[in-house]
Amino acid sequence: MTNMKLTRRDFIMTAVKGAAVAALPLSAFKILSPSEAKAAIKEANVRWGFLVDTHKCVGCGFCVKACKNENEVPYDVPVTRTWVERYVVLKDGKTLIDTPHGGREGFTEQKVQEKDVDPKNIAKAFFVPKLCNQCENPPCVQVCPVGATYQTGNGVVLVDRTWCIGCGYCIMACPYGARFFHPIHKVAEKCTFCYHRITKGMKTACVDACPFGARKIGNLKDPNDPVTKIVMTERIGILKDAFGTKPQVFYLGLDDNVR
Amino acid sequence: MKSHVWRPLWVLLGVIALALVARHFVVPSDFGVGERGFMYGFHRKSNEDDWKAFKVKYLTKEYCKECHEDKYESNMASKHNLIECENCHGPAIDHPDNPAKLVIDKSRALCIRCHAKLPYPTSHRGEIKGINPDEHNPGEECSMCHDPHKPDME
Repeated sequence: MTNMKLTRRDFIMTAVKGAAVAALPLSAFKILSPSEAKAAIKEANVRWGFLVDTHKCVGCGFCVKACKNENEVPYDVPVTRTWVERYVVLKDGKTLIDTPHGGREGFTEQKVQEKDVDPKNIAKAFFVPKLCNQCENPPCVQVCPVGATYQTGNGVVLVDRTWCIGCGYCIMACPYGARFFHPIHKVAEKCTFCYHRITKGMKTACVDACPFGARKIGNLKDPNDPVTKIVMTERIGILKDAFGTKPQVFYLGLDDNVR
Repeated sequence: MKSHVWRPLWVLLGVIALALVARHFVVPSDFGVGERGFMYGFHRKSNEDDWKAFKVKYLTKEYCKECHEDKYESNMASKHNLIECENCHGPAIDHPDNPAKLVIDKSRALCIRCHAKLPYPTSHRGEIKGINPDEHNPGEECSMCHDPHKPDME
């Protein structure tokens, strides 16, 4: 017994260490699945998505105006990153569709494409804002021959203006017509979900400009995000499902006439 | 083998070496496969920062409120509280440094974006109070009679 040297100091140290190990919760040793581990890293924990409520849109076109000014898309040139379409479905089954200047000055005329419409003959009429769908499988990115357009880790499809050669393949590949040729930079141009704003904690220019809350942007990987909650719980639609592009712009109140 | 067989091979190797050297200088060092893999993520990484550095122009009501709190309050108390200041006053950008004064859009065209009556039964637009711009005091500025900050008063 005499050669077992257990001093008071050693005893206390051992007791404290033992207590610390015992106090470690079992969950600290939980083995994460790869997706859980990825979600734990904050950068990978964002997937931007967009929600359009067509019931709320009144066709004022403030979104288009704000987008053009914010993103330096020439105002008077008939190109735009986002636009608003008007659908007037008549009682005889005909559908009239127009988007004058992409709706940048709003819809102020009852005439649709220069044609008079009798209000008594309207079965339903509504506005549908459109923008890049930031697809999960973007066909525009697949076709780029030089790697100038790409998808970021948080799901936004961007164009590298210094690298784009202006071949226009991506403009042809987009089934939604969301891309165009930038008249000043002479490269492919598209909606960036206002990447400079959303990465600073702001909302996109179109979301901020919309008086009626018809547009919303959110993080689809956050279950508490208002947009995610609506996407998960309400009946939503996407455009051109059959193309397999997996759009991340979701629509409430989508009509069969809208493609 | 004779040298005339080997010579084209040396030329070919030289061309490949030249291409590799040129590639080294032309392709940016951060060019590579990003988070979304080869098919969707092949890009120059620093371009993401280029886009993040883009100038923000619309700063929203919260920014206006810092100096123009009285105007903010009067707007928020009215039916027009849904509308951003910058929708009519223009983007703030670096106001008050640049631009020192914002140009207010008082045009009829701005008001009738919402207030031109469209008889649409299934759209919220049909419920907004509206006029026929061709019949209701054509040519006049709306703000002659209606205060955009207090639209209820005439």
